[in-house]
Amino acid sequence: MSAKLKLLFFARLREDLGTSGEELALPADVGTVAALRAHLLARGGAWATTLAQGRALRVAVNHEMAEPATPVRPGDEIAFFPPVTGG
Amino acid sequence: MAVRIQTEDFDAGAEIAALRAGNPAVGAVASFVGVVRDRNDGDAVATLTLEHYPGMTEGAIEAIVEEARSRWAIIDVTVVHRVGELKPLDQIVLVVVAGGHRGDAFAACEFIMDYLKTRAPFWKKEQTPEGARWVDARASDDDAAERWAGRKKDVA
Repeated sequence: MSAKLKLLFFARLREDLGTSGEELALPADVGTVAALRAHLLARGGAWATTLAQGRALRVAVNHEMAEPATPVRPGDEIAFFPPVTGG
Repeated sequence: MAVRIQTEDFDAGAEIAALRAGNPAVGAVASFVGVVRDRNDGDAVATLTLEHYPGMTEGAIEAIVEEARSRWAIIDVTVVHRVGELKPLDQIVLVVVAGGHRGDAFAACEFIMDYLKTRAPFWKKEQTPEGARWVDARASDDDAAERWAGRKKDVA
């Protein structure tokens, strides 16, 4: 299992952030989805506006829909995306 | 159960025939086809581009189908969802449910569509005369999915 997180961004988030994903060494203070969001938001710029609290955002951890309190562990694949609009 | 994500079009008739082929226990087949409209939120739509999350999408739909199986007496299900660039009149999604009787087949088909629209990781971007824009999720879709929350199949 990789020690890093695999981050993925889809749809409007991918465009606004200008990236479809990255590998991130798990920061020591990040143990949950909410903490990871706060960590990325603190980068400022597009990260701050795109991941701002109040923006409709969904997160999946290892392909399962997650909640803010969902744990984040090394090797996890974590995807951020807008509310879905398929069908 | 078959769940397919593809760029190619599908043949609903062929999918229906295949789902019930050789199975005399099937007494009802309910199906739904979603199609690209030429207008959305008052603007003309030239093209619709569908993006998804490869690796998660199939599993998310399979979980929805399993939930339907736990609620209704159904025999088999096929779901086909297209991705990539589509245009008005194109088919987007197909749900086919085979069951013993129509009540469960109808209900399961509607349930699968309602849950797919709020839980499967697809996103639509439409090209209009005003430019390209991501389609916003609709509260009415959340409402449609939510109304199933308290409803379980009655035990006959």
